[in-house]
Amino acid sequence: MASRKGSQQSRGDGDKYSVLLPTYNERENLPLIVWLLVKYFGESGYEYEIIVIDDGSPDGTLEVAEQLQKIYGEDKILLRPRAKKLGLGTAYIHGIKHARGNYVFIMDADLSHHPKFIPEFIKKQREGGYDLVSGTRYRGDGGVYGWDLRRKLISRGANYVTQVLLRPGASDLTGSFRLYKKEVLVSLVERCVSKGYVFQMEMIVRARQLNYTIGEVPISFVDRVYGESKLGGNEIVSFLKGLLTLFATT
Amino acid sequence: MGCSVLDHCVTQEAESTDVPPSLLASGLLALKFPIILLTMTKLLEWVFGVSVIGAAWALVTFDLLNLRLPVAYKEVAWPMPVYLLVVFGCYSLATVGYRVATFNDCEEASKELQDQIKEAKEDLRKKGLKM
Repeated sequence: MASRKGSQQSRGDGDKYSVLLPTYNERENLPLIVWLLVKYFGESGYEYEIIVIDDGSPDGTLEVAEQLQKIYGEDKILLRPRAKKLGLGTAYIHGIKHARGNYVFIMDADLSHHPKFIPEFIKKQREGGYDLVSGTRYRGDGGVYGWDLRRKLISRGANYVTQVLLRPGASDLTGSFRLYKKEVLVSLVERCVSKGYVFQMEMIVRARQLNYTIGEVPISFVDRVYGESKLGGNEIVSFLKGLLTLFATT
Repeated sequence: MGCSVLDHCVTQEAESTDVPPSLLASGLLALKFPIILLTMTKLLEWVFGVSVIGAAWALVTFDLLNLRLPVAYKEVAWPMPVYLLVVFGCYSLATVGYRVATFNDCEEASKELQDQIKEAKEDLRKKGLKM
């Protein structure tokens, strides 16, 4: 039974949320994101589990994950490591295999996505019974910290082109902070073939094709790595190639 | 997928009844059309839309059906494509410009995160995590 600590209360309504965290060299950030997830899920009372999918990080991320497992329990922190860096889609499939939740959160493990929005995602999903809820940086009081004018221009420009070409019915297609019903995630990942940014876009486009309902929640995105890894010409080119492929095939 | 099912139905029906296969075929072709419309890719939608509008424009501008429309119609229609492109271009620039200008900068979110990172590190150290 759930123990009572401070404001923690168990809702006991049968829904369980699995959080998929694909990691690669996140030794510093993993404990922090897990701490935040435990904090916000604990305060809200929802049932949850955190699934860490580490792709053979050389910096010892898996060891840190094992320590976290000892601290928070094996029922809360599940480890599904892989030998080397493979795709995001396969990471999700690998992670859901033994997930016990009926809902799945996907998010970045580098603290750009903040777990404080999790109760809002859940509330939104329950409001509309949505098959998927997408975090958006472009609507409401969503936004970004740490981007200069150039980056903002590229982001908004690319999003505009995507909206004109694909008319997807969601404002933020490259975002990766989302809540899915488990069976919806499984059926979408099976159908998606793209990589990187375009993979997340394809998930939403295919969801529309299959007539899944999509809700949105404004989120704040804190980019702490932009300084080190500026968006270069290569990434823009591959984004455009992916976008045109989706345009021609969906 | 729907189309091949219909093709199969045409041949089966043609074999089992006296209805001329050509009549059935054209009847079922009429049914195929909505399916094609509904499952078109975005690219095909654009090609279709541009073709329809392009045909209408050419019809009016070059008087392809000898409708003898007033000269005013032709004078207005002729520059339309370029005009619409320019309008679309300006609209796009204005929209993207507006969206960049109103892009929220989440200062408080970053500050809150910094504070929580400190708190988290302390708490985890107490719980026995070796960083």
